[in-house]
Amino acid sequence: MANLQMPLLEKSAIQWWEPVVWLLAFSAPWAFPHHALIINEIAIVALFAVSLDLVLGYSGIVSLGHASFLGFGAYTAALFAKWIHPDPLLGLVVGTAAASVLGALCSASILRGSDLTRLMVTLGMALILFELANKFDGLTGGSDGLQGVVMGPVLGRFEFDLMGQVAASYSMAVLLVLFFLARRLVHSPFGATLMAVRDNRLRAMAIGVPVSARLAVVYAIAAGVAGAAGALMAQTTGFASLDVFALERSADVMLILVIGGVGWLYGGVIGAVVFKLMHDVISSITPQYWTFWMGLFLVVLVMVGRERLFKPWTWMGRT
Amino acid sequence: MTILFDGIAYGMLLFILAVGLSVTMGLMNFINLAHGAFAMVGGYLTVVLMQRFEVPFLVCLPLAFAGTALLGAVLERTLYRPMYRKPHLDQVLFSIGLAFMAVASVDYFVGSQQQIMQLPEWLKGRTELGTGTPWELGMGHYRLFIIAVCAALTVGLQYVLSATRFGSRLRASVDDPRVAAGMGINVNMVFAMTFAVGSGLAGLGGALGAEVLGLDPTFPLKFMVYFLIVVAVGGTSSITGPLLAALLLGVADVAGKYYLPKLGAFIVYCLMLAILMWRPQGLFVRQGGK
Repeated sequence: MANLQMPLLEKSAIQWWEPVVWLLAFSAPWAFPHHALIINEIAIVALFAVSLDLVLGYSGIVSLGHASFLGFGAYTAALFAKWIHPDPLLGLVVGTAAASVLGALCSASILRGSDLTRLMVTLGMALILFELANKFDGLTGGSDGLQGVVMGPVLGRFEFDLMGQVAASYSMAVLLVLFFLARRLVHSPFGATLMAVRDNRLRAMAIGVPVSARLAVVYAIAAGVAGAAGALMAQTTGFASLDVFALERSADVMLILVIGGVGWLYGGVIGAVVFKLMHDVISSITPQYWTFWMGLFLVVLVMVGRERLFKPWTWMGRT
Repeated sequence: MTILFDGIAYGMLLFILAVGLSVTMGLMNFINLAHGAFAMVGGYLTVVLMQRFEVPFLVCLPLAFAGTALLGAVLERTLYRPMYRKPHLDQVLFSIGLAFMAVASVDYFVGSQQQIMQLPEWLKGRTELGTGTPWELGMGHYRLFIIAVCAALTVGLQYVLSATRFGSRLRASVDDPRVAAGMGINVNMVFAMTFAVGSGLAGLGGALGAEVLGLDPTFPLKFMVYFLIVVAVGGTSSITGPLLAALLLGVADVAGKYYLPKLGAFIVYCLMLAILMWRPQGLFVRQGGK
């Protein structure tokens, strides 16, 4: 067994450039204190994209409702902080666990049917949660959002500040930990079977991979990661609103993943950086119509093909 | 009874809106999330024609159909065709992008406020039947009109599909495009026609539904879910499936909103989830297809 594991794990070994990149990332909120808030957002979105990558890139499940888990984690963490305990780490764990449980429950729904069915089921799930959060306004604040969430200091020492430097570092640390856990996961034998299922479900079944069980487990794990992203979002902003369940979120994160590259964990991170910066620039030029440019970008991206779009030197050559 | 009646009108409308989507999805296995955009174009075409150029309502409907059909044909040629062979993920991204663009451009050109439709006088009234009995039935004339138009269209579509040469070509292409092509059917042509007609129907549905469903730039995203529910539940291999699914959805939605307003759309989504988990391929699947 150990012999079989070795070649798989080699890929997850830490490259020389990785500590450099992460150190730069960690120093960013302190080097550019005015951009700490957006760095925090990027870290959260990157975590969300990594979570979708586990489902979409590694397991081949097309999901239009991944925001359900983000939102569920966000509301759970916010409610936990408001009513039970304000400690962020505890809230993070609770949010993650709650979203995982939800993911495990939902996983039954994505095992059967075609891509269209899955698309509908995942989308329907997000819509149901949206309606629920809207109706139980006594608990969630309805369309006004859940306000009055006061977070305690991280690890009992670091208060969240207005500039968002602590928030950014906190989100980044969570991203780092979960990212490497996810990487370990996809390079394990478990991850290899997932990719086998993605590439050819029938053959995977024939060589004895328990397809349904594997998909259910990865779906629950990805849901947990998305829930952690949601919890971070609620904790660092002190606020949870209905728009965490919105279709735009699920679509955005899909776009992020496609920009960065599917089936490659850094893809989500890079996509998040590019997307957030792009969003920031475009919406500062045309705040109302930035969806148009995003739509155009999506269409061009798919028409031209991701590979060609980001490698300009191939434009002149023949396809 | 009134609720049932309104539900049927609503369902008929949904059917007209979604039938094009169901056929394109069945025919080319293409997930088109931008279908609602065509409906919106039809709706706006009608509103703008009526308000700015004072074209009568009945003339607007065919114009809405023709305009969107033309748009559909052009887009099919230029943008959609390269997408057929791509994986579903690409199709989803592409069509969502298209829908986003449509939303933003309508917002830009017309404005984000809700559009109000001026109905002609003869469609504004309401007829009450059996007042005082338990079967009290109030029929808005406009809803009656919708049902009549949609029923006529449904019968027409059914006739075209089952009794004409084009219909049999279309059915053959849905069942197996490759064999159909091998038999000398120009599948691309059939598909382009179907796409245009489907978009046109969506446009017509949008024009008819502007008064009932409300029309604003977020229309494609708001109703995309409903269209997809109709298609996913009804299956893509016939038009009776989507018809029944649309009626079921319409009645369930209106009844749900009437009896349990607090739960609103919740019931519809739960119903859909339950149906899809029970029959993942849709409720009314014909055996023997692809």
